[in-house]
Amino acid sequence: MKRLALACLGATVLLAGGRADAREHVVVGSKAFPESWVLGEALATLAAASGAESEHRANLGGTEIVAEALRAGAIDAYPEYTGTLREVVLHAPAATLGEMRARLARDGLGVTDSLGFDDSYALAAAGPVAERDGLRSISDAARHRELRAAFTHEFLGRADGWPGLRARYGLELAEVRGAQHQLALDAVAGGSADLVDVYTTDPEIDRLALRVLDDDRGFFPRYEAVVVYRLDLGARAPGALAAMQRLVGRVDRAQMARANAAVSLEHASTRDAAGRLLREALGADAPAPQASSAPSAAVVTALVRHVELVALSLAAAILLGVPLGILSARRRRTGALVLGGTGVVQTVPSLALLALMIPLLGIGVVPAVVALFLYGLLPIVQGTFTGLTTIPAALAESAEALGLTPGAKLLRVELPLASPSILAGVRTSAVIGVGTATIAALVGAGGLGDPILQGIALRSTPLILSGAVPAALLALVVQGGFALLERALVPRGLRLRTHAE
Amino acid sequence: MITLDGVEKSYDGRRVFGPVSLEVADGARVAVVGPSGCGKSTLLRMVVGLVRPDAGRVLVAGEPLTDANKRALRRRIGYVVQDGGLFPHLTAERNVTLVARHLGWSEERMRARVAELSAMAGLDGPALARWPAQLSGGQRQRVGVMRALMLDPAVLLLDEPLGALDPVIRRKLQRELSALFRSLGKTVLLVTHDVAEAAYLADDAVVMRAGRVVQRGTIEAMTRAPADEQVSELLASRAP
Repeated sequence: MKRLALACLGATVLLAGGRADAREHVVVGSKAFPESWVLGEALATLAAASGAESEHRANLGGTEIVAEALRAGAIDAYPEYTGTLREVVLHAPAATLGEMRARLARDGLGVTDSLGFDDSYALAAAGPVAERDGLRSISDAARHRELRAAFTHEFLGRADGWPGLRARYGLELAEVRGAQHQLALDAVAGGSADLVDVYTTDPEIDRLALRVLDDDRGFFPRYEAVVVYRLDLGARAPGALAAMQRLVGRVDRAQMARANAAVSLEHASTRDAAGRLLREALGADAPAPQASSAPSAAVVTALVRHVELVALSLAAAILLGVPLGILSARRRRTGALVLGGTGVVQTVPSLALLALMIPLLGIGVVPAVVALFLYGLLPIVQGTFTGLTTIPAALAESAEALGLTPGAKLLRVELPLASPSILAGVRTSAVIGVGTATIAALVGAGGLGDPILQGIALRSTPLILSGAVPAALLALVVQGGFALLERALVPRGLRLRTHAE
Repeated sequence: MITLDGVEKSYDGRRVFGPVSLEVADGARVAVVGPSGCGKSTLLRMVVGLVRPDAGRVLVAGEPLTDANKRALRRRIGYVVQDGGLFPHLTAERNVTLVARHLGWSEERMRARVAELSAMAGLDGPALARWPAQLSGGQRQRVGVMRALMLDPAVLLLDEPLGALDPVIRRKLQRELSALFRSLGKTVLLVTHDVAEAAYLADDAVVMRAGRVVQRGTIEAMTRAPADEQVSELLASRAP
């Protein structure tokens, strides 16, 4: 706990003061899926091999978070795709790489040329079907109307997915089903479907011996893998930047797919997969990864961090929430503003709240604790407010008539009388906190959200459960713990029924 | 000791109380009687500063109640409400010693005072350690009186102190309170709807109706010469 508090302080100071170390220092980020982890780890390895101190903040949630972290300087580089840059980051669907480079430069960001492969949507056919019908391109498939497709719901819904593809190729199929990706792959493997949408670096392509059909009419937007980085790296860490750029043009689709397969299907560590990718891409002089900060699925570590996050944010929420509740009960107009304000915070989606905080607080434990603290405020403020405003008038007047000072009245009479309601608010806040703290993983703060995010990325139900089950159990423990705490903290006289005469 | 001088109170522009002028001399025991809603509780609450008058002055021991002196003044006033107004989170003893503890009395001094008061109020030792919810109505009322007397105030205000009790206990407590008042010699202002109780506990009574004082005197004298028909009816309600 103390360590975490110190880390918070330290992180704030670091963010504010910058780094004074003479050695080059590079922080590489990656998104929450295996390919991004492997590329991030490979970049961090290259930077470290150039003599820089490098760090890999893996498994950050979503493009918004990573892009915001890069702009804010919380990370220095991360692997990205040109299609995502166009659609999500720049909102310029038709921009060329040169135009994107110019736009990013305005934010102080640079983008490399393609790493050598693209990771876009593709249509894949079951191997035997492709063999039988001589399918090489999507145009070939368009001549076989008897083909049955199993597509993900997202692919069916996106304009750059099925609807556009169908129009471009005049593709009419006997059967088009929507299915979860793994089920669609199972259907193709089992022969109950012939076509499936895949990513070009999908490890399942090789495992299931699917044939990726050539997009001969150039329908699918290109998602060339690139590295986005801060331009100030050129001055701050030129050696590390040059080292990372060694990867440009060196990784092909098959290498990437093998690395993905190693992580997703063979349960290799991100570090080992990155090492293999570097050897395949760069040959003999490829550096080997050192100690890795790539995602680890150690549940105990995650659980401990989870508890730390909840405890720290809850403590802060109590320290501010109870006084705010008291203020709200004293000054009703201010109270309406306070309760309204804390209520509004609840409605801000966690991803948006985190993205908003990154420019101020960077990534890691600090923004996670602040977000959890903000989400935890309302129940505590509300509980305190309700507890104080529902004290029977006769008791409030008795306290007043005794001539106690306002402080003594609050401490000796009002807060004890309100304690059941305050404690109920704190309990609600704690239980919500245990559930919400899984979002901390989105900004690289760890916790039980880490195995959950990784499990989703790896489509591994056991991994998801290894985060979700402890989180649920922890919520129960917190619930039970508060029942005991209530016995200890709520004055016994308040738990008695009035004596019947 | 207690002076009300042309005191008025309005709600939503409608005057509901006063103008009332009233003197209660040092050591006098005065009961305020009248039907419910006549303003008798408001009168008491004005004396202790829970209701602020719109016009007129309220003086206790010659001092007006201001924001600056209200806490000091209130500690010289004991205020007892129906059912004791005890804090459910404190034991009977802690209720009694609440303010003394806040004022920094030593444990020894508090213990001695509580022993004195419990003998006076007829409350046995074990009851002192109980929570209000574990006490009988009569015990709660005794604790309420002890709490009001803890700092040895010059003035005792009681608002329907026996209102929640059954008749047998009520009569017993009336006897005890009467003896207590006589032995303490404090200024007592008592609100009750029960004329018999007023006659028993006070030397002097004030009849109120619709926010105003209608008549003042001993119950006997007012019964003999009521100010009007309604006072006569009210006083006639006195149980034989």
